[in-house]
Amino acid sequence: MPAKLILSMDGSVIKEYPLTKERTTIGRKPHNDIAIENLAVSSEHAAVITILNDSFFEDLNSTNGSMVNGTPTQKHFLQNNDVIEIGKYKLKYLNDQPTQTSAADFEKTMVLRAPIKPSPASVVPVAESGAKFESTTQYNATAPKPASVAAPAAAPAPVAVIQILNGPNLGKELELSKNLTTLGKPGVQVAVLARRPHGYFITHVEGGSFPLVNGSSIGEQPHQLNDHDVIELAGIKMEFYLKN
Amino acid sequence: MNLNQALEIVGQTNPGMVRSHNEDSITFDAEYGLAVLADGMGGYNAGEVASGIAVSVLASEIRHRMESDAPEQKDPDSDEELGVVLLRENVKKANLSIFNAAQSQPQYAGMGTTIVAGLFYDNRVAVAHVGDSRMYRLRGEAFETITRDHSLLQEQIDSGVISKEMARLSQNKNLVTRAVGIDADVVPEVHVYDTEVGDIYLFCSDGLNDMVEDEDIGATVQMLQGNMTLAANQLIEQANDNGGRDNVSVILVKIKGSYAAPRGLWAKLVSWFRN
Repeated sequence: MPAKLILSMDGSVIKEYPLTKERTTIGRKPHNDIAIENLAVSSEHAAVITILNDSFFEDLNSTNGSMVNGTPTQKHFLQNNDVIEIGKYKLKYLNDQPTQTSAADFEKTMVLRAPIKPSPASVVPVAESGAKFESTTQYNATAPKPASVAAPAAAPAPVAVIQILNGPNLGKELELSKNLTTLGKPGVQVAVLARRPHGYFITHVEGGSFPLVNGSSIGEQPHQLNDHDVIELAGIKMEFYLKN
Repeated sequence: MNLNQALEIVGQTNPGMVRSHNEDSITFDAEYGLAVLADGMGGYNAGEVASGIAVSVLASEIRHRMESDAPEQKDPDSDEELGVVLLRENVKKANLSIFNAAQSQPQYAGMGTTIVAGLFYDNRVAVAHVGDSRMYRLRGEAFETITRDHSLLQEQIDSGVISKEMARLSQNKNLVTRAVGIDADVVPEVHVYDTEVGDIYLFCSDGLNDMVEDEDIGATVQMLQGNMTLAANQLIEQANDNGGRDNVSVILVKIKGSYAAPRGLWAKLVSWFRN
């Protein structure tokens, strides 16, 4: 079923428009696909571009502008239930496509036989293809990273903390706010703490000896941590506990 | 020239949490400096067949040719480096075998595969790809995608239709614009990059980068570079923890030392004795 726009004013539905064309125009003039006869609407007010299952809203420099979900918008990638406002009129975007989270099958890679346009990749110089990626990773950021888009919504889990029990950093706490946290000294002994949906796991990364949990060696395999476990790594003892 | 001393390569492939089949295929060989990863598609077991053909054609043909010729040599016909020619020609060869198999066997009709293949030689890597399987590079702190997907989404990003941030919301994520085995001919994209000691190259199928943010992939590779097997495990585990909706495969290549091709007669002789 194609995505559609539902035109309404003051809460009453006027008409439904399926987005079957690549370009659906909205405006006051009758030649528009969605013609709205109202002086607040420009003659060619906006357009919705639909490419397979994705639709994009674009205001065509209209006099009075457009809002999407309450904010003035020039260009917007429409998501299910978005509301476009033009003057007093509302256009609700509905896209009943099975979302990727609910239908695994939809994700099967498919080939698009006829490219929409010649692939730009073949004409782009080599140097540029690497340079486009801007983000560099930061590991010291204290703010928790946004969970992966795909991550299933989980109940707010208690925050796990590591507290140092001896040595010069005695008493210091480290919040395990990232998916992975490494502990130890590179080249000497390193372990990694992984935050997983069903708990926290410690795994040996490198070094001649394995980390100890509550006095016994964990070996090479991941070891699940329990509240108040004591980890010992390169002579440093630390306690793992959950904070609410 | 045997690259065992210069490269450390690990790889893993996993069906994920949802699919019953693993349609990905991987192979790697530190001696030849070769890493190949393919993500097949097609009904029944055709996806596995397509990716399996692609990987075995590339691996066996390239190994065979490298028995007699070095990849840094100039190919007399095209005046290009042999490494580049080997990748391109053998992706085309794999394409033809998959295409012919699909034409002759009804159960394989329409099968195809993406591919990403890296050949390391003379302190460089030549990388060929078709579709949305990727190669990333970690150099120092910087983790970057080196290949550019042949996908509708990437074309939309390139033409400015959609921003990179919005791209993850797209419903058109899995539409590739090029694949191996779908048509009688295919144009693989091949580039050559200089490598540096300490670099780590990650080859992966979209089962990884659709499920795990690039930032998290980069952090994992950087943090666990001291234990490459664990790094590969962790990447797969994260994809599966996030839902594992597709097969997920990774190959990690670490540049441990220089592997400049021997030049001059004496160097060649020494290198010949070393092997």
